[in-house]
Amino acid sequence: MTLQKLAEPAESDKAGSAPLPGPSGKRRISSFNIPVTILVAVLSLTVLIPLYFTVVTALKSPDQLGGTGFELPTSIHPENFSKAWELTNFPHALLVSGIVTACAVVLTIITNSMVAYAIARNMNRPFFKALYYFFIAALFVPFPIIMLPVTKETAMLGLDNPVGLFLLYTVYGLSFNIFVYTAFIKSIPPELEEAAIMDGASHWTTFWKVIFPLLTPMNATVGILTCLWAWNDFLLPLVILSDPATRTLPLVQYVFQSQFNTDYSTAFASYLMAMAPLLLVYLFAQRWVISGVMRGSIK
Amino acid sequence: MGAPRLATGPSRNKLRSETVNRTFYWMVIPALLLFLVLHTVPALTGIFYSFTNYAGYGEWDFVGLANYANLFRDDRILASYGFTFLFAVTSTIVVNVGALFIALLLNAKIKFQTAFRGIFFIPNVLSVLIVGYVFNYLLSNNLPLIGQALGLEWLSSSILTNPDLAWLGIVGVTAWQSIAFSVIIYLAGLQTVPAELYEAASLDGASPWRQFTAITFPMISAFFTINMVLALKGLLQAFDQIVALTGGGPGTSTESVAMVIYRGGFQGGEYGYQMANSVVYLIVIVVLSLLQLRTLQRKEADFS
Repeated sequence: MTLQKLAEPAESDKAGSAPLPGPSGKRRISSFNIPVTILVAVLSLTVLIPLYFTVVTALKSPDQLGGTGFELPTSIHPENFSKAWELTNFPHALLVSGIVTACAVVLTIITNSMVAYAIARNMNRPFFKALYYFFIAALFVPFPIIMLPVTKETAMLGLDNPVGLFLLYTVYGLSFNIFVYTAFIKSIPPELEEAAIMDGASHWTTFWKVIFPLLTPMNATVGILTCLWAWNDFLLPLVILSDPATRTLPLVQYVFQSQFNTDYSTAFASYLMAMAPLLLVYLFAQRWVISGVMRGSIK
Repeated sequence: MGAPRLATGPSRNKLRSETVNRTFYWMVIPALLLFLVLHTVPALTGIFYSFTNYAGYGEWDFVGLANYANLFRDDRILASYGFTFLFAVTSTIVVNVGALFIALLLNAKIKFQTAFRGIFFIPNVLSVLIVGYVFNYLLSNNLPLIGQALGLEWLSSSILTNPDLAWLGIVGVTAWQSIAFSVIIYLAGLQTVPAELYEAASLDGASPWRQFTAITFPMISAFFTINMVLALKGLLQAFDQIVALTGGGPGTSTESVAMVIYRGGFQGGEYGYQMANSVVYLIVIVVLSLLQLRTLQRKEADFS
């Protein structure tokens, strides 16, 4: 017993160094379930093949598009990208999407956490309790149901632009985010704040200096989900934005469908450019993104 | 930090709780006002206009419940509800069965676990609309080639232009994308199941299927409920993927309710009429979600 206990940590500490003799070391290596690994690998092709297809199609010239479509390009055609770049005015759409997404994420984290904090700490007061249920009830009101009047109203208020767009993401995110934040805030002992208040800090300062830093994991979760939503959303920009110069990336793909016509190489180059920024961020922050999303689902 | 502590007592506490209140109100009121202006007021004006013949511009008159009565006689509206339910229910089942299966595999002791988990989440990072365009091309050009090679007549031409099969294409693409998110939620659920339970079960000689039905599923039933409710609610609003795949066609065979509201309201001059449609749809979604929550939660209670 004692020997095994001693051997185990030593083994993990020395991972990569000279192999240790003994049955326990061997079992660890063969404990991988190889048939399941193979099955998972095959299933993951369902995700990878469409992505591969997108990339090779974007690199081919139109006359290479025949056949099964999955062949590697015989020659690479980067001019598809420059064509799509100019046709859709890619840098401009990228800028709009980037600004809207960044503002939506920052504003959402700052405001929604604050609202959730005020609600979570005052659930015994009727006003805040009612507010909580009011926001949660709004979860049942999907956007298509209010899109006609919202469009009229934003136009009337002069919010039919990117500013209105990120404001709407911030406000519409409230329902879900309050739900996520309050569950987390309830797990923070109130003694922490009470100590700060005793030392003369205002509630305002206490929130920003004591509570907000403790919310970092939830802020990450909310930030990731908001980022994915704002970047990829199509319906809200479609109905809200009135000026063609303020189109977001997904909206640009929709508007240019008729102009891509049958020039699929340019179309796919454009799709790839629109997906690439977030995909690249995801590839580097994959672990962090997934753990952030997982955290949001465990209460 | 070093501020001298004043005498504490009931009077001081009372004073404190009053100032607390004011700051807390300041924290919520701006957000509440914005929410009212951008969410509640539109919802209420929408309900108001559902009783009028407003076209979206110009003059209007009250028409009472005429819009609501007409909805139930409108074949296009009824067909859109039929399609949306068929699509949303089928997709919800496909997504949840598929996601649970993949999550169970990913939770097993496999090599490159993190990398595979990362791969299966990729579709969730991509825009639904763009994924729809890519699959539109694949389903129109590449899938028929496979159908021809296999000699299957129904697969030899694009399923998206076939009124009977187009909805299946939309279900497939939706599943491809939506499984990603559900997998992650199921994985989070599976990690809450204590490993000792499985050890005990395998000592008792329980088969893997028996372990799944007796241990795994009951332990993650709350996650099953969340996924089912979220998926159904989200899929009932389907819009982006349908725009990209079929545009509601062929004909109007794959028009979702969201799409009918969009087209009729913005392009068809049916503002008042489509608001009545929206109100009915809201009621449908709320009733369905609550029913679903109740039945699933009762099941959860049965398990535990």
